[in-house]
Amino acid sequence: MPKRTDLDTILLIGSGPIVIGQACEFDYSGSQSARALMDEGYRVVLVNSNPATIMTDPLMADEVYLRPLTPSSIAQIAREEEPDAVLPTMGGQTGLNVAQDLKEDGFWEEEGIEVIGVDIDTVQITEDRQEFRTLMDDIGLDQSRSNTAKSLLEAKEITQELGGVPVVIRPSYTLGGSGGGIVWNAEDFEEMVTRGLELSPAHQVLIDECLFGWKEYELELLRDPNDNVIIIASIENVTPMGVHTGDSVTVAPQQTLTDKQFQRMRDAAIKAMNSIGTFAGGCNIQFAFEPGTGRMIVIEINPRVSRSSALASKATGYPIAKVASKLAVGYTLDELPNEITGDTSACFEPSLDYVVTKIPRFNFDKFEGVDEELTTQMKAVGEVMSIGRTFNESLQKAWQSLEIGYAGLGADRADADPDTVRERLKTPHWDTLLHVRHAFRQGASVEEVHDITQIDPWFLYQIQDLVALEAEIRQTPLHEMDERGLRAAKRAGFSDEQIAYLVPGDTGDREVRAHRTAHDITPTYQVVDTCAGEFPAETPYYYSSYETVNESTVTDRDKVLILGSGPNRIGQGIEFDYSCVHGVKAAQEMGYEALMLNCNPETVSTDFDVADKLYFEPVFWERVQDVIDLEQPEGVILQLGGQTAIKLGERFEEDGIEIFGTSYSKMDLVEDRGKFTDILQTLEIPFPPYGVAHSVGEAVATADRLGYPTLIRPSYVLGGEGMRIAINRDEVATYVENILSIYPDNEILLDRFLQDAIELDVDTVCDGEEVWIAGIMQHIEPAGVHSGDSTAVLPPFELSADVLATVREHVRAIAFELGVVGLMNVQLIVRGETVYVIEANPRASRTVPFIAKAKGIPIPAIATKVMLGESLATFREAGALESDLSGYAIKEPVFSWDKFPEVPKELGPEMKSTGEAIAFVDSLDDEHFEQPYEMKDLYLSQ
Amino acid sequence: MISAPSSSAHDPAKLALADGTVVRGRALGHRGLTGGELCFNTSMTGYQEITTDPSYRGQLMMMTQPHIGNYGASAEAMEARKPMIAGLIVRDSPRCHSNPQADESLEDFMRRHSLVGISGVDTRALVRHVRDRGVMNAVISSDPLDDETLVQKAQDWPSMAGLELASEVTVAEPYTFCEGPGPRIAVYDFGVKQNILRSFRRRGCTVKVMPQDTALGEVLAWEPDGLFFSNGPGDPRPMEAAIDRVGNAIDTGLPIFGICLGHQLMALAQGFEVYKMHVGHRGANHPVKNLDTGQVEVTTQNHGFAVDSASIAPEVARVTHLNLNDDTIEGLRFKTFAGLSLQYHPEASPGPHDSHYHFDAFLKLVARERGLTLPETTPSSATITV
Repeated sequence: MPKRTDLDTILLIGSGPIVIGQACEFDYSGSQSARALMDEGYRVVLVNSNPATIMTDPLMADEVYLRPLTPSSIAQIAREEEPDAVLPTMGGQTGLNVAQDLKEDGFWEEEGIEVIGVDIDTVQITEDRQEFRTLMDDIGLDQSRSNTAKSLLEAKEITQELGGVPVVIRPSYTLGGSGGGIVWNAEDFEEMVTRGLELSPAHQVLIDECLFGWKEYELELLRDPNDNVIIIASIENVTPMGVHTGDSVTVAPQQTLTDKQFQRMRDAAIKAMNSIGTFAGGCNIQFAFEPGTGRMIVIEINPRVSRSSALASKATGYPIAKVASKLAVGYTLDELPNEITGDTSACFEPSLDYVVTKIPRFNFDKFEGVDEELTTQMKAVGEVMSIGRTFNESLQKAWQSLEIGYAGLGADRADADPDTVRERLKTPHWDTLLHVRHAFRQGASVEEVHDITQIDPWFLYQIQDLVALEAEIRQTPLHEMDERGLRAAKRAGFSDEQIAYLVPGDTGDREVRAHRTAHDITPTYQVVDTCAGEFPAETPYYYSSYETVNESTVTDRDKVLILGSGPNRIGQGIEFDYSCVHGVKAAQEMGYEALMLNCNPETVSTDFDVADKLYFEPVFWERVQDVIDLEQPEGVILQLGGQTAIKLGERFEEDGIEIFGTSYSKMDLVEDRGKFTDILQTLEIPFPPYGVAHSVGEAVATADRLGYPTLIRPSYVLGGEGMRIAINRDEVATYVENILSIYPDNEILLDRFLQDAIELDVDTVCDGEEVWIAGIMQHIEPAGVHSGDSTAVLPPFELSADVLATVREHVRAIAFELGVVGLMNVQLIVRGETVYVIEANPRASRTVPFIAKAKGIPIPAIATKVMLGESLATFREAGALESDLSGYAIKEPVFSWDKFPEVPKELGPEMKSTGEAIAFVDSLDDEHFEQPYEMKDLYLSQ
Repeated sequence: MISAPSSSAHDPAKLALADGTVVRGRALGHRGLTGGELCFNTSMTGYQEITTDPSYRGQLMMMTQPHIGNYGASAEAMEARKPMIAGLIVRDSPRCHSNPQADESLEDFMRRHSLVGISGVDTRALVRHVRDRGVMNAVISSDPLDDETLVQKAQDWPSMAGLELASEVTVAEPYTFCEGPGPRIAVYDFGVKQNILRSFRRRGCTVKVMPQDTALGEVLAWEPDGLFFSNGPGDPRPMEAAIDRVGNAIDTGLPIFGICLGHQLMALAQGFEVYKMHVGHRGANHPVKNLDTGQVEVTTQNHGFAVDSASIAPEVARVTHLNLNDDTIEGLRFKTFAGLSLQYHPEASPGPHDSHYHFDAFLKLVARERGLTLPETTPSSATITV
């Protein structure tokens, strides 16, 4: 069947604010879906309350509603827009839930709106554990033994039937497995069950047989209106069952199942997908597999585009959300082309001739007292994906991508001691594979490590091979290393930095690079082509490896390389993806070939049809430089990739690579507190008294001098990492000790904390000639709550014209003094009539997308063009800088507290929120303003 | 021009192509020299099934999945009694496999069966090379021979075009594979895959496997209810005796099913034409559309020759299945006799099970033509036994 012509307008529901378990992968799917439906000529009405998303950009849909994702707000929009159909499968569980609520109210039926992309009548089956079990039983699929309990007593009885603890507790109807986990001993049992019953909206929990040690797999499927089902990707969790798949290290394609085992899984998946009603769209199914007996059980079905769909799309090159959307409007798979080859059918299963590794990124440092052990409840805030020709190559690249200071899987610093390693391996942690490596270094056998970790020996042998190769590198001085040995190391993913660390003698990564390039050992770039090279592919989607033929043809056009922001984390997430997408488009409009480099699979900017060329690579110096060596771009853009890209600035300057926009030396002035203060002094701008310390003693002395309370933080961090407010000497000592243990060589900054002050966030663009203040946001909470965690109002609601004029003057003065070309974010504090400047960031900030959406001005696009030489005057004359905001826009932070029940819900100078929503209000007597205003002093921790 | 590193821990080996390309790697499996037509397979699983598929007789098989040998080798993955490919080419062969059900490692399996291979080569570059230039012959050698000699050997290796190979892989004597309550199926063995026989067995058939040159009279004397022409290696065009025999079989009025080479022989017997493809289809992800139902099957394929669609006489046969990637003929239903044939492999192994229904369709045809009732069986492939 071709596409349906009886539909005209389609309502697309987004996923709302970013929370743990539901992040910007749904921006990716929503954006792709909106684009696909618009390409097909449908009128797309999109609703999402998250202003940081690309999908809510005016370019993305015919009508964009930045409104709450509640049944009443969706209903209101639906009544206004009168869509013919609603597609609720692109917005994660949130989108699906709200559609289901409205279905239960009879709304869709009443309004004659068809629900497409999912069989809304059967969604419940996949969410209600008991109904799901019954269905799987009916179609003959094996499952873990389990039962549902509605009370503690029932829970006890069921656990007894299962043979006692360990068992797994899963509350029904919660997101990302909230409140779930393995109970290892009788003492924790009651507490876990009680909490699970409370958390579940239906007040029921599922008690499952514990499958710890089983292997875990995920299949991504597509189904068309003709019931054709294809498997887009098989994903194998390196981390065995017991850890939430979002927290697991995973690889694609699966590596350890035989064809017969895998086909059994494939058959089961198709059967399961066809059993959940009549619909066309995407689906994700999880399986557990017991290698000893070959027993395979179904764990879960998500009848929608999922977190893994984004990963699977990036891993295979197959645009799952796009195709799923087209299937939802009537196309069959055989009618759609494979866009990667351009020439073959979309109705096929991608074949990979490389290995993809995903590693989750955690932010435990933000949550004091958090339990770092990984369980069935998701804790990761982001992820990296890497592609290599072998598992080891991709594993090392993934560690380079994580941006936690590692140059690969260890081998770049001293190893942990054996006791720590043994202890750490006992339970799953974010760095389990690193400790597996340490264990092999210390002589452990694969059998021993397998016994402890239950990780499939195949992966362990691979890591052991890495350690063996490492041992060889340790023996050979760099200048004695021949072409063969070096190439073997590079092929296994070792970075120049690791090799420099390993070889005898004092060697730097630059020397390694020079030595290897002299031996002609440089990376080649291979195309992600969905078909393992069987057909020619034209998609410009590349990954590096050390193979023999480079497939990335360099054009003679002028190029600009845009660096992405790496994995999402608290303080640096989807906002930078938004800026990157605009940056790419702006660079293209200026006539450049836009090259995008990033390693975050949850992003729109790494979609293969956004940039002219996509390099899916770690935002890691060596990998960036490799791309620059090949492409020879006119310059790079760092300002859009958050702190990640800025950190590489120094090396760009040293190597004489052009940075478009503000120069590195100027950016660095801001990072160095002393130099920045000098500037403020020169400009006669007030700043809170401060001091710098390198030891506990120094810090206490400084705090005494400044007076209490004192704000303490390490230098060069993002999102207020490690930032604390101390009220006395003891607290200063404790906090500083703690910081120095995490960041041993870092400076400690101490500021006098200004109480009862108002904090402001200002985003600005400067072209060297003039400074355009894009927006000023006033925080509702008092200064001291991190700007990312505070509720902020645009424009300011209680500042005098004089104060605002001073704010503008300060910002202008700083921008000119720093020679800012492009974006700058300044944070200020107002007490009385005095305006203090506390921080400046010469780059895109978290608040840029918010202001852009609120005012209807594409700020990052304008900034990018300014960096590339356009003047602000051009935009001003064209009316492009004019705001269409009437009333106020309120930024509301969203937290994921439910994922960390043991962490106190306090706000302070360290950012803890994971996402945000936007609310437009006409006046301040609105609950969106009044509620946070009344509670503004409640959460500040002291 | 294409080079690859090798580890000193392993013996070196070389792969030399007839066009002069020489690639270095490590010896895998048996040490020695082997040659054949260089082709590639994009299936991400099932290396052992592929290695033992008789249709690959005489071919050097290059796997696109980089890690080959991950789950070792086991008896249940055999599609013939021994490996059938001429040699195996992989990007990486893991030092150890992981699979509690495996009997041995791939390396040991290859050594035991004297199968020569090479690992550590940039298979992607070679796949693209072959894709662009077309299939060509090559040799793998762990013997210390110079590049020139190896290239010469590759050039001298007999071409697959015009090469009859079925006689090398067919059974020596007829044998009964299984007995059951269902129809009696006589299998002409041009190199039949075990899973085809198992597929008939699962459906309760009695199956007798005949050498490919068995006289038709001898087969008919066994009183079959249906005839099956199997898959097999090589070029079907020079197989004149086989084509004649298929023609005579058609005249008997018995229901006939052909897969791969069998399909090509049936087409040739009806006067259709067969041509050698540029690279052929080898993998487990090829989309095939069933024109009767509109359904699409993800299929296992292994063929370097295909039936020319322009040569099909519409009054003789109807195209029932088409390849969605390149519109090549994948299935025929004959109008002049009770017969159907498929270019791809409904028995899979390795590959998706989407096409198992063809065995049921054929047996239904047999039942109708012969007035039989099919036994009640549950084909294990259609159920998920866990």
